[in-house]
Amino acid sequence: MAESPITIRAEIGASVWKILATPGAAVGEEEPILILESMKMEIPVVAPHDGVVVEILVAEGQQVEEGQAVATFRR
Amino acid sequence: MSGPVLIANRGEIAARIARSCRRMGWPSIAVFSDADATALHVGAADRAEPVGAAPPRESYLSIPALIAAAERSGARYVHPGYGFLSENAEFAEACARAGLIFVGPPPSAIRAMGGKAEARRIAEAAGLPCLPGADDALEEAAARIGFPVMVKAVGGGGGRGMRRVGRAEDLQGALDAARREAAIFGDDRLMLEKLVEKARHIEVQILADAHGNVLYLHERDCTLQRRHQKLIEECPAPGMDAALRAELGRRACDLARAVGYVGAGTVEFIAEAPLQADRIWFMEMNTRLQVEHPVTEMVTGLDLVEWQLRIAAGEALPFAQADITLDGHAVEARICAEDPARQFLPSPGRITALRWPEAGPDLRVDAGFGTGDLLTPHYDSLLGKIIAHGATREVALGRLALALDQCAAEGVRINAAFLAAALRSPEMRAAEINTGFLEAARKRLVEASMKEQAA
Repeated sequence: MAESPITIRAEIGASVWKILATPGAAVGEEEPILILESMKMEIPVVAPHDGVVVEILVAEGQQVEEGQAVATFRR
Repeated sequence: MSGPVLIANRGEIAARIARSCRRMGWPSIAVFSDADATALHVGAADRAEPVGAAPPRESYLSIPALIAAAERSGARYVHPGYGFLSENAEFAEACARAGLIFVGPPPSAIRAMGGKAEARRIAEAAGLPCLPGADDALEEAAARIGFPVMVKAVGGGGGRGMRRVGRAEDLQGALDAARREAAIFGDDRLMLEKLVEKARHIEVQILADAHGNVLYLHERDCTLQRRHQKLIEECPAPGMDAALRAELGRRACDLARAVGYVGAGTVEFIAEAPLQADRIWFMEMNTRLQVEHPVTEMVTGLDLVEWQLRIAAGEALPFAQADITLDGHAVEARICAEDPARQFLPSPGRITALRWPEAGPDLRVDAGFGTGDLLTPHYDSLLGKIIAHGATREVALGRLALALDQCAAEGVRINAAFLAAALRSPEMRAAEINTGFLEAARKRLVEASMKEQAA
């Protein structure tokens, strides 16, 4: 029985630098889904555990606020 | 008198370059992106030119926008500062094509030192000891060199793609992961070198004119880092004796001559403590002014920006190696908008209040931002630098720690209290440090800084 998707949020105000996973992609725990960039530092947004990316909610180049949802994810 | 100088940068370094220009009587022109119209560096210069939208690619990294600003403003010189286009040979060439004098080395020297693997080959040919390493047949090379090794991205700066590999069986996985990471940045070539455990970072400042004079302005110790980026730098390096200083200075000058270097540059070395000639190896050369150049200025009494400009104007260096003094000890701390308690995560936002310490004869404050400024995610987190001087290392460290206590920010997090705790740590006071110290001791230093603030 699949669990309901969880929301992954940006931990910092940033721009979306690169999106590495597409919806439906299986990713392992700690594997990056996308990379944010803020103040010249790349901040990977990683899978909390093994699972599948359900939705990417942002586009490359987009500005995101701290706490903004960037992807949904299912175990 | 000469100039005018277009300062193709922002923040503290743009303001600092403008100060030297003003003292020399050279007019200066700041540039600003849409996000920086009211920034501190804009007011520091005599005039200012807009160069485009907030994303660096459209402003501070746009060669056409900067050349156009130089032409509009009647600039004769272009000072690139550090970062942005400072190590971009195409920018130096574009300046020359537009009849502008690029304040930096010839494009050929920028290119020669630009790639890690090529720079290493040139350094070896110039007689500089390098760590055992390779940029092809990595598996065989690692077996020959022996573990542990450090895997690096050939085109990577700022520690990107760097991985420590302790055992042969972990090499393939590390290479795969490093290659994936490096590919994200557009160049998946890797190299590896013998790993130096408990490493110290030592660098030598050089100054070369267009008449064949090459001098070294002593070393800086930049061992205290996080994420492979420096936070505290000092001169002289603890444990450096006169003979070793002369030996490293000679190596740095040999490399500068080998690439036809002109201007200010820095040759970086990795060292194993205790410092000795056969345990220090060439790492890379930075073909620009460094963030930490003020510690060198404090002990030599020379203004490096002034000499960059005078060299660019064709002047010959009027002093000799024996004239370069080393007076006392200087230490710098980089004040960044970041949160040491959250793994040094950057802290963008509106600075609702920012207090810098009061500058004095032995305390220099190179500020780039102030109360009311907005820190956007587009630019790096360096707010400014505080540099203390003293007759001894102990005095300089103590003076800098007290100055850091006077720093305070609201609206964004800064690392001042953390750096003060690092300066007061027994490890720093005894100079028993390595490049991993700040990250390894982070929690303890964060706790110490909180106690200090509560007291």
